Amino acid sequence: MAGRLWASTVGKKAVMAVTGGVLLLYVVAHMAGNLKVFAGRESIDGYGVFLREFLAPVLGYGGLVWVIRAVLSLSVILHMTAAVQLARRAKRARPVSYATRPKVNGSYAARTMRWGGVIVALFVVYHVLDLTAGVLNPHGVEGEIHANVVADFQHWYVVLAYTVAVVALGFHLRHGIWSALRSLGLGSARRAAAVKTAALVVSVAITVGFLSVPYAVLFGLVSDQ
Amino acid sequence: MRYTLRVWRQSGPSSRGQLVEYTVDDISADMSFLEMLDVLNERLLLEGESPVAFDHDCREGICGACGVMIDGVAHGPERATTTCQLHMRHFDPAKPIVVEPWRAAPFPVVRDLVVDRSALDRVIEAGGYISAPTGAAPDAHAVPVPKPVADTAFEAAACIGCGACVAACPNGSSMLFTAAKVTHLGVLPQGQPERHARAADMLRAQDDLGFGGCTLTGECTAVCPKGIPLETISRLNHDVLAAAMMGQ
Repeated sequence: MAGRLWASTVGKKAVMAVTGGVLLLYVVAHMAGNLKVFAGRESIDGYGVFLREFLAPVLGYGGLVWVIRAVLSLSVILHMTAAVQLARRAKRARPVSYATRPKVNGSYAARTMRWGGVIVALFVVYHVLDLTAGVLNPHGVEGEIHANVVADFQHWYVVLAYTVAVVALGFHLRHGIWSALRSLGLGSARRAAAVKTAALVVSVAITVGFLSVPYAVLFGLVSDQ
Repeated sequence: MRYTLRVWRQSGPSSRGQLVEYTVDDISADMSFLEMLDVLNERLLLEGESPVAFDHDCREGICGACGVMIDGVAHGPERATTTCQLHMRHFDPAKPIVVEPWRAAPFPVVRDLVVDRSALDRVIEAGGYISAPTGAAPDAHAVPVPKPVADTAFEAAACIGCGACVAACPNGSSMLFTAAKVTHLGVLPQGQPERHARAADMLRAQDDLGFGGCTLTGECTAVCPKGIPLETISRLNHDVLAAAMMGQ
C-alpha cells in the first residue's frame, strides 16, 4: 500500500501533509518553549534541562531530545523528497512556458511554497549550527540557552536572517495548513473559509511568537542583566 | 476598432513556433474573441497567407472545443467564460493581445493554437463511467437522489473538458478535470460500486500521461469556464486515499 501511494502524486501530497503536520506540532511546541526566555534565565535554561531529564529513566539523559530529532529528520527527509519529486514532475509537465503569465488567483503563499521551503530548510541548517551545536553562536556554550540567545540577537544581521526565515515559514504554513487538509481529503466547501482563517491565525501566531524573542533582545527588553 | 495581436504560429507538431504580430481592423465591441480571429483569418486568406488554426465548435460555451491563453490567462480575462463567449469590449485596443496555445507536455501543439487534448480522453477511459445493467432504461425515479447530492454532482458534471485547468496550473496538472469527473460520478448512488477504484485508476492514468501533481494553488478554479470548485479535488484525494486503505 505504501509503495502504491508513494508512486502517485496524491500519495506524495498525503505524505507531505502528514509530515508537515508533525513538523507543525514541533514548531508550535518550539515557539511556546522559546517564550520562556521572557521568564528569565533560570526558566529557559531549566527548560532545556527538563527536556533532557524527561523520560530519562527510560530513554537515558537527553534521550527524548534524540527521539524528537530522529522523528523530525525523518519527516523533513520525506517532506523534501516528495516536494522535489513533485516539482520536477511539474517542470516536465510544462516544457514550454508562456510568453506572458499574470497570476490569476494571486495567492502569494501558494506560489512561494517551493522557494519558501528552501529558505526554511537552509535556515534550519544555520539554526542547528547556531543554537543547537553552538558552532556559529557568538557565545556558544551548551546549556547556557539564555546567554546564547542574548549573544545572538545583539547583531542586527542575525535578527534579519531570523526574520526572513520566520516570515518565510509563516507564508509556508499559511498555504501549507490549508492545503494539507485538502491533500488528506478533509476540505469541504462549507469549512473552506473557516479553515483558511484558522490557517492564517496559526501562521501569524507562530510568526509573531518566534519573532518576539529576537526583537526583544535587539531592543534590550531581554538582556544578560 | 483596431486591435494588435501577437499570435503563436507553429506549422506542425515538431516545428518551431513563434509569436507573430498582426493588426485587425473593423472589430466591433460585440464580436466574440473567435469572431475577431475569423476576421483576421479572412484577411490572411485573401492575402494568400495561411489562417491561424484554432479549435472551435458550438460557440455557445458548452462544447469545450475552444480555448486559448489570452494575455497569459486561460479563456481570457472574464471569469467563468469560454473564449467563444468572451467579447472584444473587454479588451483595450491600445494594448496588444498575446494569444498562445495551452502549454502542457500531455497537450502537444498540433498547429498554431490547436493542441491535442486526447490525454483527457485517456483519463476518462480509465474510470469515467458507471456500470449499469443493459436492457430497458430504469424508471427515472427508481433510484432516489437527495437534492443537495444532485446539485453537487451537477456542479461537477458541468465540466466541458476544455483543458483550461491544465493550461492555468503552474504544475501542468489536470487535477480539476479528473476531480470533476470523480465527484460527478462518485457522489451519485449509481457511481458507488466503482467509486474508490475509479478515483485511483483515473489518477494513475493522469500521472502516467505526464500531468503534474496538484499543489492546490487554485489557479484552475479561477479560470474554469464552468466554475468547478476546488473542493472536488479534496473529494478526489479522499477517495484515492480511501482506495489505498482498502487495497484497491
